[in-house]
Amino acid sequence: MLKQTPLHAIHRAAGARMVDFGGWDMPVHYGSQIDEHHAVRRGAGMFDVSHMLAVDIEPREPARGSGVRDFLRGALANNVDKLTVPGKALYSCLLRPDGGVLDDLIVYFLREDWFRLVVNAGTADKDLAWLGALVAERAPELKLTPRRDLAMIAVQGPQARERVWTVVPAARAASESLKPFNAVQAGEYLIARTGYTGEDGFEITLPAALAPDFWRALLALSVKPCGLGARDTLRLEAGMNLYGQDMDEAVNPLESGLAWTVDLTSARDFVGKSALLAAHPSRQLAGLVLQDQGGILRSHQRVSTAHGDGEVTSGSYSPTLSRSIALARLPARVAPGDIVHVDVRGKPLAARVVKPPFVRNGKSLID
Amino acid sequence: MNVPAELKYTASHEWVRSEPDGAITTGITDHAQQALGDLVFIELPQVGRTLKAGEACAVVESVKAASDVYAPVAGVVLAVNEAVVAAPEKVNADAYGNWLYRLKPANPGDVAKLLDATGYIAVAGES
Repeated sequence: MLKQTPLHAIHRAAGARMVDFGGWDMPVHYGSQIDEHHAVRRGAGMFDVSHMLAVDIEPREPARGSGVRDFLRGALANNVDKLTVPGKALYSCLLRPDGGVLDDLIVYFLREDWFRLVVNAGTADKDLAWLGALVAERAPELKLTPRRDLAMIAVQGPQARERVWTVVPAARAASESLKPFNAVQAGEYLIARTGYTGEDGFEITLPAALAPDFWRALLALSVKPCGLGARDTLRLEAGMNLYGQDMDEAVNPLESGLAWTVDLTSARDFVGKSALLAAHPSRQLAGLVLQDQGGILRSHQRVSTAHGDGEVTSGSYSPTLSRSIALARLPARVAPGDIVHVDVRGKPLAARVVKPPFVRNGKSLID
Repeated sequence: MNVPAELKYTASHEWVRSEPDGAITTGITDHAQQALGDLVFIELPQVGRTLKAGEACAVVESVKAASDVYAPVAGVVLAVNEAVVAAPEKVNADAYGNWLYRLKPANPGDVAKLLDATGYIAVAGES
């Protein structure tokens, strides 16, 4: 039996094509994935991302605040000491001791005694078990609370914030000056200026019971419901990794385009640090733009380069660029501008190596 | 399900129309285009190529996946529809109005053995 979000009945009633995503029955599109993609680049679209899990980390006993930050300093590859102002968010990997990526997540600093992690749906159970064991070993005074009572809706696009403020006028004052990667609580809504599309917008966490009315109010303002299909092409254009495709437990962040999220300069120790310090990355995650006609780049296609073989990790058609693009794990010596060849259904098609992102804020960054 | 009664079908989701000159015109069904989603790439066989029944001879790719298209019967490719190569989304808009290629069947009797609309609905309903 697939799990259902608080918006499941709305998706079904809208005629969405549904798919099993990490054990959840989720909309892949509501008619046209490409139309949904363009709506986010040009106006505003919304995504039900309630399948992702918010996990709160707090002291078991109130008024013993400092332990949460200390625990996360040691648990996450990025450094929570960058979170100096309440509401600030940080992208980080959760690593195994050998440096393999258990998951990628966003950590929110809500109060000194209250941090929140938002983790992927398909890895949520694994993450909870991992973090639970780490808490038991290192910080038994803390508790982890999975917040399945909450829904999450991403509203994305150049008009997204205006639409949200129309629906929740009281949130305007609190979130108008919010900078990217910051969040603020406005009544029942936690409003974060984050996303997975390369556009401006909000990700809003709210009580599950309020989610259907909030969704319908945005729909009445012509915010377009978007499925996981558009979410995937938008994040690929934005050069953002998808866990399980672009990185997993078998690779480390240094070979996954995520070195910028790993803090190896501070003195603090964290799970996986010694493995990363000892690592000699021989591969990189790079972008590809298909030059030849003849097909679409897809994950697992083999890439031939002058420095050895690589593999496409995420590939699709870019609706914004009207050509096929991909993320690929390639030998480290391959450089932007190089021409490589991808095996597309038996044909070697030429592709140009680029540095992601491909698209940001509606504009092509390629040529 | 949009399955015109006057056409023949395969279990692999191709439709077939018999032309007065004995040729057949073929494409993918409306059910197939819906399942694939927005089409972004189509590759068609060379004119003059001889196909075996069930042979993979064309490719349709949507945003999310690539899918082979199979020859409904044995024969020789007479013509291909370049309009869908230039604009694959035409097949999403009208799967029966936008054919992929025409074939001269090796054995004219083969076409009659394909699924009729009722038979195809039964097959497609399970997939």
